[in-house]
Amino acid sequence: MLMFLGKRLLQLLPTLFFVSVIIFGLQQLLPGDPAQAMAGEEQNPEVLAEIRKQYRLDQPFYVQYVYWVGGVLTGNLGESMRLKEPVLTLIAQKFPVTLQLALMAIVISLGVGVSAGIISAVRKNTKLDYVVNVLALTGISTPNFWLGIMMIFFFSVYLGWLPASGYVSPFEDFWLSIKTTIMPAFVLGNSFAAVLMRHTRSAMLSAMTSDYVRTARAKGLAERVVVLKHAMRNALTPVITLGALELGTLLSGAVLTEQVFSIPGFGKLIVDSVFNRDYAVVQGVTLVTATTYILLNLAADIAYVLVNPRLRD
Amino acid sequence: MAVSDQSTVIAATAPADETPLRRAWRRLVRRKSAVLGLVIVVALVVVAILAPLLAPFDPTQQAYAFVRKAPSLRNWLGTDESGRDVLSRVIFGARASLLAGVVSVSIALSIGVPIGLLAGYRGGWVDALISRITDAMLAIPFLILAIALAAFLGPSLTNAMIAIGVTATPIFVRLTRGQVLVVKTEDYVEAARAVGNGPLRIAFRHILPNIAPALLVQASLTIAAAIIAEASLSFLGLGQQPPAPSWGSMLNTAQRFLTNAPWMAIWPGIAIFLAVLSFNLLGDGLRDALDPKER
Repeated sequence: MLMFLGKRLLQLLPTLFFVSVIIFGLQQLLPGDPAQAMAGEEQNPEVLAEIRKQYRLDQPFYVQYVYWVGGVLTGNLGESMRLKEPVLTLIAQKFPVTLQLALMAIVISLGVGVSAGIISAVRKNTKLDYVVNVLALTGISTPNFWLGIMMIFFFSVYLGWLPASGYVSPFEDFWLSIKTTIMPAFVLGNSFAAVLMRHTRSAMLSAMTSDYVRTARAKGLAERVVVLKHAMRNALTPVITLGALELGTLLSGAVLTEQVFSIPGFGKLIVDSVFNRDYAVVQGVTLVTATTYILLNLAADIAYVLVNPRLRD
Repeated sequence: MAVSDQSTVIAATAPADETPLRRAWRRLVRRKSAVLGLVIVVALVVVAILAPLLAPFDPTQQAYAFVRKAPSLRNWLGTDESGRDVLSRVIFGARASLLAGVVSVSIALSIGVPIGLLAGYRGGWVDALISRITDAMLAIPFLILAIALAAFLGPSLTNAMIAIGVTATPIFVRLTRGQVLVVKTEDYVEAARAVGNGPLRIAFRHILPNIAPALLVQASLTIAAAIIAEASLSFLGLGQQPPAPSWGSMLNTAQRFLTNAPWMAIWPGIAIFLAVLSFNLLGDGLRDALDPKER
């Protein structure tokens, strides 16, 4: 297990290196002079020279990269030009909001997606299976920002049940927090639920034809026990791994969902920074997202090995 | 028993001298959902091409006497905040969406496939380097990379298409590489090499045609993803710029008038949904039709 962990960690290094190169390289795409872009309206050559010196724009690309990575490794992601705060502080402020949203979305999509997948596999080729499949395809094809707008229209404007936008921390007011996040969490979980449903269905279908399920049936166990205890437990392992691979989609989805519901999280931070040309924040958020995603994949791999004793050596 | 029965039926209906293309087509049209997908795709393409003939109004024509009017005989889907006809804007919006889907996937294919062929065929350090860069790009969530790229390139439909295309490239690099590794050891590739064909000729003449089905399936599914991505970027203001119509930017404006003009939000969303659904259905259908295991 330690060997496996060491090997996997070593494999991460080149990936992380190239992630950092790509994200740093984005800055080189800026049309024109980056100092000019940073200065905005300011045209004074002395100010521009000062900016160039401060951000080391007068140095070659690789020198700038080394300084940037050096900063990143010591926890310095630069400073937001707009908010005049360290990027890391901003991320630390916004991350819990997105995390709450993502966790709620995962709970919703696991509940809906996994149970729908099991039902559709057990009732294979029936009308119910067909309906579940159509719903899953609908979920995958619905743009989540549109679903969000439609839900606001129905639940906030028409019925007046839920607030249309805004965010309250669960530590301030738990129930109000749930009320402000339940719609965005559902919207965020929607396509994730559809993907989980498809994975669960195919994993359950292959588990249902396996020898251990046949043995369990032959022992005379009730069908409910066979499905829920024998088939499901084995089918869920690949579902969790595949699910972890889709978590990146969830982070992408948060960008739009937070925009629609005006939730001050990670996604809104990146969009606001994009429009204010606050490139240090864009780079910082992208880097943290990619690293989170890579670590989640590592965690999924480890979990997969832990529950699969055959893979341990 | 059931399986052998089915194969007898297929064998009986399939002509002996059928080409692979015809067989794939016959298998595709047997699936109702794939046919539905194909019909919607064709309809959308026709709408996009014939937009000037089909749209009742100029999509950018403002009419302040008709601001935010509910659907009526004059404006079937209502009007927007500047009195523009929503139906005409939805019809013209098909152009931006389909263009974004097709152009960005073409960019991804034309960069990704040659790189994937190189990685898979050459192997060694070239493969190792390309694979690590691919991993790194795939580690950055699709939309976040596209947003970052679009932000640094500047907001426009062209830049959005470039951003989506570049972001989708690693998907095709990885797929092509994997397929090449499978096909590389096949007898016909070995034979082509034995008679003295150069690596370029083997890659493009012998390997590429054999991995094309897998690429076609992925391309169809990626068009669906690219259409959502374009709509998302336009929704955020990073794609098609106003007043040119795009479904994503229409939804952005519509959100502000949800209380008194909900029709502004309904139709562009349904249009995106139908476009994405049709390419997903087509992609799923193609996957089954082109699956060699099911022949």
